[in-house]
Amino acid sequence: MSNEIVLKTEDLTKHYGGVHALEGANFELRKGEHVAIMGDNGAGKSTFVRQITGVEQRTRGEVIFDGKQVHFDGPLDARRAGIETVFQTLALADHLDVPDNLFLGREKTKFDWLGPFRLLNYKEMRQDTMDALQKTGVKIPNIRNTIQNMSGGQRQCVAIARTATFHSKLTIMDEPTAALGVQETAQVENIIRTLKEAGEPLILISHNMRQVMDLMDRIIVFRRGRIVANLRKEETDGQDVVAYITGAKTQEEYMVEGVT
Amino acid sequence: MADTSHGVGGLTYDKSKRSLPNELNIFMALIIIVVIFEILGQVLPYMNNQSFLFDTRDRFDSIFNEARLQIIILQVAIIGIIALGVTQVIITAGIDLSSGPLVAATAMIAMSFAQTETVNGFPNPKALFGTWAMDLPVIIPVVIGLTFGAFIGLINGTFIAYFRIPPFIATLGMFLVCRGIALWWSGGNPISFPTEAYAWIGSGMMPVVWFVVLAIIFQLIMKYTVYGKHTYAIGSNEDAARMSGINVRRHKVMVYMIASTLAAFAGIVLSSKAVTAQAGMGEFYELFAIAMAVIGGISLQGGRGSIIGTVLGAMVLGVIRSGFTYIKLDGSYQLMAMGGIIIAAVILDQYRQRSKA
Repeated sequence: MSNEIVLKTEDLTKHYGGVHALEGANFELRKGEHVAIMGDNGAGKSTFVRQITGVEQRTRGEVIFDGKQVHFDGPLDARRAGIETVFQTLALADHLDVPDNLFLGREKTKFDWLGPFRLLNYKEMRQDTMDALQKTGVKIPNIRNTIQNMSGGQRQCVAIARTATFHSKLTIMDEPTAALGVQETAQVENIIRTLKEAGEPLILISHNMRQVMDLMDRIIVFRRGRIVANLRKEETDGQDVVAYITGAKTQEEYMVEGVT
Repeated sequence: MADTSHGVGGLTYDKSKRSLPNELNIFMALIIIVVIFEILGQVLPYMNNQSFLFDTRDRFDSIFNEARLQIIILQVAIIGIIALGVTQVIITAGIDLSSGPLVAATAMIAMSFAQTETVNGFPNPKALFGTWAMDLPVIIPVVIGLTFGAFIGLINGTFIAYFRIPPFIATLGMFLVCRGIALWWSGGNPISFPTEAYAWIGSGMMPVVWFVVLAIIFQLIMKYTVYGKHTYAIGSNEDAARMSGINVRRHKVMVYMIASTLAAFAGIVLSSKAVTAQAGMGEFYELFAIAMAVIGGISLQGGRGSIIGTVLGAMVLGVIRSGFTYIKLDGSYQLMAMGGIIIAAVILDQYRQRSKA
């Protein structure tokens, strides 16, 4: 594994008025690394991700992505820079089919001189969709069916397959399996493994301890808006992580005066 | 546990496994309506066994009643051109109420640049401008009319996309503005006596030719181009479209501009067909255009509908109108019955969508 740092945050902070949702987060992600972010509800996990992807504007701090200081105006900006985010609320167009959704906004086209009326290369997009789904092990009865008739798991898989198709520099998933059944969760986890094998870095927000222990390299624990632990998977176990989540333990380097 | 939902061994794009297109249902409805009128023609005592569709007159030697068929399609062709644009607008989950008055305003403006200097050797009695605007090449009134339409669409789209005015309100405002422009342009006087070339645009079956050609072009555009795909995506899930990198605002402006340009073209065709332009033209056209799209299976929530559907919707409306006349239903009853049919079409469609999900 290379030591190249993909994403780094320094003193990343977000205040909503008087509420300190995120306070001084220092975080590093290396190339190919899969990191879990854990913590109780309201611990600052989603807030942390929202500052990175430009969904919200941070109060203070730096984000260094791909070697450059960045300040994304919105999620689209982040996406252009190479950060793919799978949100809890799925960003899919219900009336379109699977290839259409996969390639939405970056369609493969022919006759580009026609400007907005350039032709869609359906054949190539369908083939690429099949390849992507095959690669990620996602099974969908008919990719030409519209998304609206698919199950929650299938929809989630399409959303994630989209991420996996475009070889982003960083993938962020916010509780991708929270609403899914056992089988569907297994499919999503398969995709995560595929990303790992492809050496693509990932940040996963999850409450699922088994999933995190199975799939991730490292666990960052948030509590009350602060990072309280940075644990290598081999050096920890479920109980240990829970101790950090609940506040029974805090790693020494994250101790802050007046905060327990 | 519905294991089959994962489709073991699935991953196909087998065309035969796709659900039937909605358009097929509308086509079936069209046939059923024709059959109903055909039966009514046989059953109603005062009809003397006339046929609705087929030729039963002895002095002509043709299979179909061609005159009726021509009237059916000619009646809907001009509003149909508007409906092609309205369809695109509704697919983005918008609405365009301004098209009827825009037809009138464009008719007035275009016609005023299409007049002839002399009528039967006398100066044109309806002349609006001086001789400089007389006997111009036909391209000039057409370009002026279409540019005016595009400009109105630009304003509609800008208010809707950039100032976040609800489409209903923005285009309702434009509805009044355009009717005002139509009245103001010539102080309420009709503008008549166009050049031969201008009169050709809407002569005979030409409105039908335009309608069919434009319908084919836009059907292909909606299905096979990025423009079409993004139009559906915006109507289906605007946030997802934005997150996918589509410039939603710019795209919406483009859709409204295309819709208004089509309505303006309808105005040119209408004034050419009537060889006159009047400020009161195009009354209720916007509503009939919307009705065609609705009968054609469009969803006012956006994301669903097609040009083919709207063309079939136009045919349904045309057949019903012609059929009511054929069974000698009074005009006032015709309007009432058509209103009922439009609502029934939506109820049926909603029911079908729900049972499919």
